[in-house]
Amino acid sequence: MCDRVVTVWLEGQGLRMRIVVDLNRCQGYAQCAFLAPDVFEMHGEEALLYDPAFTEAHREQVRRAAAACPVQAILVEADEARVTPVGA
Amino acid sequence: MAVSVGEVVQAFRRDGRIVVVGASLAGLRAAEALRTGGFSGSLTLVGDEPDLPYDRPPLSKQVLLGRARADATTLPQRNSVNAQWRLGTAATGLDLAAKRLRLADGEEIDYDRLLIATGVRARPWFNAAEAALDGVFTVRTSEDAARLERRLSARPSRVLVVGAGFTGSEIASACRERGLEVTVAERGAAPLVGALGGVVGAVAADLQRQHGVDLRTGVMVTALEGDSGGRLERAHLSDGTSLDVEVAVIALGATRNTEWLAGSGLAAGPRGIACDAGCRAFDVQGIVTDDVFVAGDVARSPHPLFGYQFLSLEHWGNAVEQAGVAAHNMINVGPDRRAHLWVPTFWSSQFGVNIKSVGVPNMGDEIVITQGSLAERRFVAVYGFQGRIVAAVTFDQAKWLDFYREQIEVRAPFPPDYATVDRQPGGMRPVPAGFQDPSLPSHGATVTLTGHDPNERRVQFTPARA
Repeated sequence: MCDRVVTVWLEGQGLRMRIVVDLNRCQGYAQCAFLAPDVFEMHGEEALLYDPAFTEAHREQVRRAAAACPVQAILVEADEARVTPVGA
Repeated sequence: MAVSVGEVVQAFRRDGRIVVVGASLAGLRAAEALRTGGFSGSLTLVGDEPDLPYDRPPLSKQVLLGRARADATTLPQRNSVNAQWRLGTAATGLDLAAKRLRLADGEEIDYDRLLIATGVRARPWFNAAEAALDGVFTVRTSEDAARLERRLSARPSRVLVVGAGFTGSEIASACRERGLEVTVAERGAAPLVGALGGVVGAVAADLQRQHGVDLRTGVMVTALEGDSGGRLERAHLSDGTSLDVEVAVIALGATRNTEWLAGSGLAAGPRGIACDAGCRAFDVQGIVTDDVFVAGDVARSPHPLFGYQFLSLEHWGNAVEQAGVAAHNMINVGPDRRAHLWVPTFWSSQFGVNIKSVGVPNMGDEIVITQGSLAERRFVAVYGFQGRIVAAVTFDQAKWLDFYREQIEVRAPFPPDYATVDRQPGGMRPVPAGFQDPSLPSHGATVTLTGHDPNERRVQFTPARA
């Protein structure tokens, strides 16, 4: 097995940040859609649509949205976790 | 020289070798949990797809709507997973005795403990030549979704969705929202009938028709026909009719990725890999292994809350929870180990409605609407079996779901014996839930129930009522 570990920044993806929403938790409070409307959007009365990859320009908005979520359903990738080791 | 169990565990956490097969949601979350749980030994993740772990639920929703890119659903990592990633390389075999994994490129990897999280794949159209026609799609991988999204952007004259389970219904919803003509062909009596039964299925059928879907139930697609250039142009149905279509999306459920384990000696087959509630795989003799663990869609494990029946759950939440339990148990022993006692939960959004479920609806035989009404398509439906609440399904009433989860956990009586917030004028009379005969093949259920553990007879649950 190759034991070389290559560390790459995700520049191939244009330095987009990643989120995932636990939609089992989400109860449609819509705080995120209010605080970061470019990333989160209500679809109907309580379903949430979101863009899983967003750019630096929306970073603060998304952080605020994640912090404000009453059920803490939004996982934003930690900066330190963005270094992703890729084994060859 | 005596070595204590604690020392063995510490040594394993420091110097052990763990291999995770399957680099999707369950594999990633397990890898993270191994590291945060104190495992600092060698960790290898093997995945057949070339991509870093990505999220699949958006593929049939945001992505098909054109609001998120198919290649941009990469899952955020909770912590940096220091691991060897073997992406784009499928596992092809397992030698249990030698503790060795074989990969498609011929390489072999030795492990001390193995986690299998190889998941499922889309069940292909049964006729390979027809499946190869230009215009025939399945949706499971990000590449699948990217291809279909491109085709939808070209505005085909009509899309045929084969199968009205959750994925098929979500795809139909996305097509309608894009203003495309859609026909849905479903073998059962209604959409979602396999997972939610006929009462709720009838609501789903109304929802589809109201949104302009040409919904055809009780029919099967018998053949797909292409033109001389190999492009799909027509579908033939079991009622003798045919339909001009440019796109057909096959949404007939999933097949578990266990073929690579044939002959390995593990209890692996079309229904998944059997494991105990601590995620340890069974061998073919039904004896539990202690170094092979299973998590996610491919796992099949007994659930104490549901009569110890083996549950196969193709649920996002199950992958996350079971991966956490498996990872914990891989680096702990004895009483420190945990059981996977998660109550099944899932969601779907389609035609503007947020559908959520907790428990195991298709175990229920009766249903009662406790809040809201079917006519408004905004309700809580509670499912009962043998006098107990076994599931609840909400349409745009998600905030009640935690309450009903607790009801399931305490094995509360069915029908509910309390007044609910908006007491139903006609009282709460249960009616048959309308599930199909389970012996009929169905794409629809997202939970498969199989078998009973004989130990069930020794379980000491206190009945909530005599």
